[in-house]
Amino acid sequence: MIRFENAVFEYIRRDDEGNVEGITRALDDVSVHIKRGEFVAVLGANGSGKSTFAKHINGLLVPEEGKVFVGGLDTSDDNNLLKIRQMAGMVFQNPDNQIIAQTVEEDVAFGPENMGVPTDEMQQRVDEALEKVGLIAEKDNSPNRLSGGQKQRVAIAGVLAMKPECIIFDESTAMLDPAGRKEVIATAHELNKNNNITVILITHYMNEAMGADRILVMDHGKIVMDGTPRQIFSKPEEIRKYKLEVPEITELAYRLHKAGAPMPAFVLDEDEFMEAIRSAKAAGALS
Amino acid sequence: MSIILDHVSHIYNPGTTFEKRALDDISLVIPDGEFIGLIGHTGSGKSTLIQHLNGLLKPSSGNIFFNGQSIFDNDFKMKDLRREVGLVFQYPEYQLFEVSVIKDVLFGPNNLGMKTLDAEVAAYAALKSVGIDESLLDVSPLDLSGGQKRRVAIAGVLAMKPKVLVLDEPAAGLDPLGRREILDTIANIRKEQNITVILVSHSMEDVAQYVERIIVMNKGKIAMDDTPQEVYSHDEELQAMGLDIPEITRLFLRLKKEGYRLPTDVFTVDQAYEAMMK
Ligand SMILES: Nc1ncnc2c1ncn2[C@@H]1O[C@H](COP(=O)(O)OP(=O)(O)OP(=O)(O)O)[C@@H](O)[C@H]1O
Ligand SMILES: Nc1ncnc2c1ncn2[C@@H]1O[C@H](COP(=O)(O)OP(=O)(O)OP(=O)(O)O)[C@@H](O)[C@H]1O
Ligand SMILES: [Mg+2]
Ligand SMILES: [Mg+2]
Repeated sequence: MIRFENAVFEYIRRDDEGNVEGITRALDDVSVHIKRGEFVAVLGANGSGKSTFAKHINGLLVPEEGKVFVGGLDTSDDNNLLKIRQMAGMVFQNPDNQIIAQTVEEDVAFGPENMGVPTDEMQQRVDEALEKVGLIAEKDNSPNRLSGGQKQRVAIAGVLAMKPECIIFDESTAMLDPAGRKEVIATAHELNKNNNITVILITHYMNEAMGADRILVMDHGKIVMDGTPRQIFSKPEEIRKYKLEVPEITELAYRLHKAGAPMPAFVLDEDEFMEAIRSAKAAGALS
Repeated sequence: MSIILDHVSHIYNPGTTFEKRALDDISLVIPDGEFIGLIGHTGSGKSTLIQHLNGLLKPSSGNIFFNGQSIFDNDFKMKDLRREVGLVFQYPEYQLFEVSVIKDVLFGPNNLGMKTLDAEVAAYAALKSVGIDESLLDVSPLDLSGGQKRRVAIAGVLAMKPKVLVLDEPAAGLDPLGRREILDTIANIRKEQNITVILVSHSMEDVAQYVERIIVMNKGKIAMDDTPQEVYSHDEELQAMGLDIPEITRLFLRLKKEGYRLPTDVFTVDQAYEAMMK
């Protein structure tokens, strides 16, 4: 679905006279293949290149060296851009900036309308999209009345109405309350599971990455780790080098383990923690 | 600087179809030197409330007193208020407008009339404390990543050395290490300078770890105002308001249900580790 081949991208800053003041290599020889239907979380420090990576997937940016292919189409060929934008949609951080229309329905229709989708097909697309994110009942309401989590789901519906094959979430939960965060993550997983949509989830919340099939860790424009959540988070010392942390419950188990308590070195989540406690108890190691 | 809100309501766009009562009869006392967490669902009124604390918004009804003086008094000096109450906005884009990072951070101190040298010292120290590398000083704030922008916005307010520091989601968009460093920095500044800090956050964990008092907002009203221990003992009520209890607290509740004799006012990994190693 998505293929980066030795992609390099640099932001070049110039002064008023056009002289080069500074160069930031935001993608540094990135090669990666993301398969259709994968759920991939992208983690990394501030400035490590995550958003730049994301913008290459929907053709907003094009690599200076190397290639990026989306659905087999080369992003550097201008003739492919419309198709690529339709295939890969993005949801951003600020729920308020993404809403433009007076009603939820109009908002969702905005993208496909610009794409020239005929009116009769439009209604069906919008309804389907709102159905999938569970907001069909709000169709005629003003988006202003919705909660942050609901606004983000409207933004997701807007992307869905374009019939994408891939959705990129660039910190889409950063401004949400706990309930909204859960809503959005659950929606991403449902779309991935039920509609085989490829999901790229950029986040600074480590536990949101725990449900992913695969995690990419970025550092200074490079992909420095690539593996399952279990593989990535069982190396707490290594991920700390990249300014990341393991989720709290995983951390607790790890510290108990190191102190000699009857705990495995790695638990993925609360359920595994409880499981470990139960087996320690059954083995008589706990009272 | 003590702050008192007396029956404050705020209505956006009154008299139009977009009328919205964002604050509904809020009364609060914020004494000197407290570290307060402000939590609540999206749209509950947190940002509206804190914009009243430095005079950016005025109440539609009710009154606000700073050190005993009403903001509606004729001789009330809004400029002095801005000097004392520093506000970091929820979206840093609304705060960054200068042509370079260093100019942006210098803007506040200069505007307050600090001497050039003092302003520079304050600006450099603030940028260092939020982890902005010197190589970024002359870069335009527009050319920064999301997390870098937020750090610069925080530095801009820290450089003004406010007596009351109000931060609207200061850690949103920061990487895990940055999140911890910024919050530690704020906690240290508060301890050293004995200032008041109000932290707005959607992270139940961050709030639990740092503050001594939590104000919970729900639909424009104050739903709870108490210690973290007390607030986070109301699991179901918090969930009904779109909120939660810290992750570790949830784990300990589960352990307790299975018969382990463990405390349930445990919020952080450190506390949990201590409790389990006992
Ligand atoms: N428009 C731009 N002009 C110049 N440099 C830029 C621009 N946008 C980003 N950069 C730089 O490129 C690097 C990568 O930025 P990017 O936004 O991809 O990081 P990120 O991993 O998304 O960070 P964050 O977690 O803070 O959102 C950073 O060093 C940043 O300063
Ligand atoms: N400038 C404005 N004009 C009209 N309505 C507004 C304005 N700003 C906020 N509101 C509305 O007032 C209510 C409270 O908004 P506020 O931004 O204070 O909430 P919040 O608790 O900060 O939310 P969040 O967690 O999403 O930041 C919301 O319903 C919001 O839509
Ligand atoms: Mg980014
Ligand atoms: Mg807000």
